[in-house]
Amino acid sequence: MSAVDPSFELDGQRVPLQPGDTILAAAARAGLDIPYLCWSAEVSASASCRLCTVLADGRPVAACVTPAVAGQKVECRSASLDVQRLRLLQMLFVEGNHFCPGCEKSGNCVLQVQAERAGMTDLHFETLNPERPVDASHPDVLFEPNRCILCQLCVRASDEIDDKQVFAIGGHGIATRLLIDSPSGRLGDSALSVGDRAAHICPVGALLPKRVGFAVPIGQRRFDTEDTRG
Amino acid sequence: MNAPPIPEAPRKLRVATVSLGGCFGCHMSLLDIDERLLELIEKVDFDRSPLTDIKTVGECDVGLIEGGLCNAENVEVLRAFRAHCRVLVAVGACAITGGLPALRNHLDVGDMLQSVYGEVPDDPELPLPLNRVLPIHEVVHIDHALPGCPPPADAFWQLLQDLIAGRTPVQAPGLIRYD
Repeated sequence: MSAVDPSFELDGQRVPLQPGDTILAAAARAGLDIPYLCWSAEVSASASCRLCTVLADGRPVAACVTPAVAGQKVECRSASLDVQRLRLLQMLFVEGNHFCPGCEKSGNCVLQVQAERAGMTDLHFETLNPERPVDASHPDVLFEPNRCILCQLCVRASDEIDDKQVFAIGGHGIATRLLIDSPSGRLGDSALSVGDRAAHICPVGALLPKRVGFAVPIGQRRFDTEDTRG
Repeated sequence: MNAPPIPEAPRKLRVATVSLGGCFGCHMSLLDIDERLLELIEKVDFDRSPLTDIKTVGECDVGLIEGGLCNAENVEVLRAFRAHCRVLVAVGACAITGGLPALRNHLDVGDMLQSVYGEVPDDPELPLPLNRVLPIHEVVHIDHALPGCPPPADAFWQLLQDLIAGRTPVQAPGLIRYD
């Protein structure tokens, strides 16, 4: 390894570095998969989902916000990290109301595909079945809070890309929820328009453009493969 | 000279299946293993199941549970399966998560019965609905789960092949799906 060619090691594989890289960004450029839910190259990182937790020289860090350091040894895939990711995903599933069979995001859903890749077959925990009324007040965008995982991608997209600040996170602990900046607190009275990036960046089915739900049929979606859809 | 004894065929696995708060779609998916059913019945006997119409569950090696818990009868049947099956498998989205019937969980049971039937039915033959539709792991211990709505036929086949061979069932990545 030369000084002009800095790199770190991810699960034994060499990953080239560029100045300012986080561990996740460098790994993504090298085509290596570190699981995440709340990260997007379009907006700043929030490190809220913690699915991308890796061991950097033995220390647990969120790969999406931790600068990559030349010569570092990073561990992403291990039995204990895999179980930790599985439990995080199971907690997200039981905290909301996630019914994949009836969700139009199925096949395009990042939460779903991460759980499938993590080998999740059951929920492990008790379901909480929170009561969260659907907000269909907006003419072009549906807000389904039962599926919200509080990743803050819409918060950041509305702020940083759309320059509107339609969304925010409010409350504490298990009562934490997505807030909408409008006099009524409903999406229909907010400044959101369907052309906004915030209306499309949701990794799950919490914010959905209306009337295009099944324009791409099940079986031909982003995460559909021949393996799963025969 | 006595002829050497003919070795007995390995004992068949005894399998029971039931649909609780389910739609029988998971059972249909099990039947979708198609001609492999002929190979399966060489290796398993079915106990209580919609396929046999036996009404009570006997001592079994494997119990496949479709559907969540919607009423008191579902709970009684599930507990009987747990008591009689060495290995209990949650099959499908409803058994694992409560599924679509659990969409009623934020509604009041009395209000629902009132609005559907005009009155709250009062008949000793009707099992009492639970306040909340429950996934089965919230009531009994579950050994394995086959996710999917329904789980793919190949997932059933893989599970049964593993159990017949005495292996711990492992779902191939492509067979884990939730819709």
